Amino acid sequence: MFRNVAELIELAESKKCKISSIMIEQEMDVTGRTREEVIAFMDRNLKVMEEAVQRGITEDVKSHSGLTGGDGKLLQTYIKTGRSLSGELMLDAVSKAMATNEVNAAMGTICATPTAGSAGVVPGTLFALKEKLNPTREQMIEYLFAAGAFGFVVANNASISGAAGGCQAEVGSATGMAAAAIVELAGGTPAQSAEAMAIALKNMLGLVCDPVAGLVEVPCVKRNAMGASNAIVAADMALAGIVSRIPCDEVIDAMYKIGQTMPSALRETALGGLAATPTGRELEAKIFGIPLNEK
Amino acid sequence: MKYKSVFDIIGPIMIGPSSSHTAGAARIGRVARHLFGRKPEYAKISFYGSFAKTYRGHGTDVAIVGGILDYDTFDTRIVDALTIAKQEGIKISMTAEDAVTDHPNTARVIIGDENDKIEVVGISIGGGKIEITELNGFSLRLSGNHPALLIVHNDKYGAIAGVANILAKHEINIGHMEVSRKEKGKEALMVIEIDQNADEIIIDELSSLPIVQQVVKIHD
Repeated sequence: MFRNVAELIELAESKKCKISSIMIEQEMDVTGRTREEVIAFMDRNLKVMEEAVQRGITEDVKSHSGLTGGDGKLLQTYIKTGRSLSGELMLDAVSKAMATNEVNAAMGTICATPTAGSAGVVPGTLFALKEKLNPTREQMIEYLFAAGAFGFVVANNASISGAAGGCQAEVGSATGMAAAAIVELAGGTPAQSAEAMAIALKNMLGLVCDPVAGLVEVPCVKRNAMGASNAIVAADMALAGIVSRIPCDEVIDAMYKIGQTMPSALRETALGGLAATPTGRELEAKIFGIPLNEK
Repeated sequence: MKYKSVFDIIGPIMIGPSSSHTAGAARIGRVARHLFGRKPEYAKISFYGSFAKTYRGHGTDVAIVGGILDYDTFDTRIVDALTIAKQEGIKISMTAEDAVTDHPNTARVIIGDENDKIEVVGISIGGGKIEITELNGFSLRLSGNHPALLIVHNDKYGAIAGVANILAKHEINIGHMEVSRKEKGKEALMVIEIDQNADEIIIDELSSLPIVQQVVKIHD
């Protein structure tokens, strides 16, 4: 069983196989399930992700609070005008990441990757890349195993909980996971996947969890958007041969330590950050029907 | 290693909006329901830490009640759980506590009816994964990493051997086990983490042991 990214890369290199293969084999080992069962289980998750993305970019999704919904769809319309500056692939990923989280905020069905609040980054990037790289169903499933392998390391060595480690542990982890999986899908090496993860996560360090009114909506939906774009850029950098000066495992460890020293007001308590801005407080009062002076 | 499966990371399939505050809460409620073994007449729920501050926004309240109604994380009925509980005549009370707990996402659930009640403390550690830290005043360290059996039994010789024999007969390996009691000779609790999920036949056999009062299994 690999315990960190260095061991994961070493395993993949020594066996001359993909990171996703290492993850699939470990899953079979740990659970006693067959390859077919493990693949079928992930296929089910992929189906849920696909449905959430589709729903978010085609339907008029609205959360109960009214704070979020419809932005993923809005961006799709904008892409079709052909005037986008950051490019179709990038905005498609951003739109699909937001779509997933808008469905999540509306209490729709999603697949946590690694959490619900950060569920948009991995599927958003995958379904955007699908248009460009035309992966097989099998390769799309492998994408999720590759992302899962890196998430597995983060969850066991740091945290994937906003309440424990801030948003860097949620959207930050998801961004790193997606960056690493993109590299594999695009034909990069396991080592390049680790570089992409390190580059992506470094740029999410310190990100606090400060949801307005305690809802997984503002700023979560747009943080998933930026996570998706960050992941694609980090993957491109790694594929170009750029390396992180700080090794991936040390970046993960830094994330953990930052999370531990983060004040509780900035760890999913809705007491600080954007939640504590005048507008944040006003929205909270409106949603829950509590006069502001009683807060 | 707190997380052992890739499906702890890519998964679970769930109703939004929060894996820790919605899916995790549903799982804590559901474990309480399974431990109680039937539909309760009342549920008293206390939230601590981040749960206490944000439970309404995250749907932690509907989710934990959904769990008490035996709904899984992806059951769309979770959204209407409070209404359904009311229709089914379950009295629900909820409080947000100020007390500081070891983990920021902690919930205490007391469910019962006129005959019996149980008290469970659960923590939601991220991505929908939970741990049960207390049952009826017994401290536990149920990692949630493995399928597990919780066996309430009489604190008497032969209890452990009886249980172990049945597991051995069915070739179930024990990964971790602990036994605790509140008072000598009274009620005791065995927490057994096993490597495979136990079939109903095994649960029935364990339940039929005279020394055993109750068996609850927790799936992976």
